[in-house]
Amino acid sequence: MNTTATHSEHYDPEGSKIGMWLFLFTELFLFGGLFLVYAVFRNKYSADFHHVAHELNAFIGTFNTVVLLVSSMTVAMSITAVQKNNKRLAINLLLITIMLALVFMVNKYFEWSYKFEYKLYPGSPVVMNLPQGEILFYGLYYMMTGLHALHVLIGIVLLTINIFKVRSGKVNAERYSLIENSGLYWHLVDLIWIFLFPLLYLAT
Amino acid sequence: MIVMEEKEKHITSYGLFAKVLVALLILTTISVLITEIHFGAFSVAVALSVACIKVALVLIYFMHLKWENTFLRLMVAGVFVLFALVVVFTFIDYLLR
Repeated sequence: MNTTATHSEHYDPEGSKIGMWLFLFTELFLFGGLFLVYAVFRNKYSADFHHVAHELNAFIGTFNTVVLLVSSMTVAMSITAVQKNNKRLAINLLLITIMLALVFMVNKYFEWSYKFEYKLYPGSPVVMNLPQGEILFYGLYYMMTGLHALHVLIGIVLLTINIFKVRSGKVNAERYSLIENSGLYWHLVDLIWIFLFPLLYLAT
Repeated sequence: MIVMEEKEKHITSYGLFAKVLVALLILTTISVLITEIHFGAFSVAVALSVACIKVALVLIYFMHLKWENTFLRLMVAGVFVLFALVVVFTFIDYLLR
């Protein structure tokens, strides 16, 4: 092993990228299944869904949409920065992305705890006394936004790992698969939210 | 030096990403305003159409599909077609029950 690391190690960016996309396809169908359930129940209980969607705070929803869209741009830009060998800018852009992700999570926390204060959590006596369609809406709302929030948390971990790898030079202009694939993951989180937002918050 | 037949990597400019973000924000504003107007049944269709345009922008520019090879692009397009089919068949089953 007297050759340089780039020769002795197996590095296949094209293969990793296809692998990442295959994983994203499974994610798409994970959420897709929930979207399908939502579509069918919305069709069946349209009056209840219209009524209960009013209860959601459209402002927080819109704000979080903007936050995620901006964070998607900053992560995309950080890949460009890595490719242009601009380490400092890449790290800063990743830090901004993580900060925006945290803003998203804090908003989500306030949004959920506001609901919890009114005892509007899945299975609560208050919710169970609502019409059938509203129970289903709340179930889907918590399931979909909860699963999405879990993805945001995983994204934060991934982006943090990238900061260290960029800093140490493990991720660089010649070898940027990790940040590229993490970026793809982060964009998927954004992509799911783009559909969640009008379906849950603008469904009135 | 070993000369390898390496595919030229495409570096997207910061400016293009910024432009895409502006487009996405404009579309978000449109979808919020449209639901305020209350188009009735149309508003859902419009909101979803706007969401589809936004998703397309994210896929093409942010997720770099514009500069990927045909194989990957077809694969992604195929998955979305597959999901659309799942939705269509579910509703055929559900509505004609």
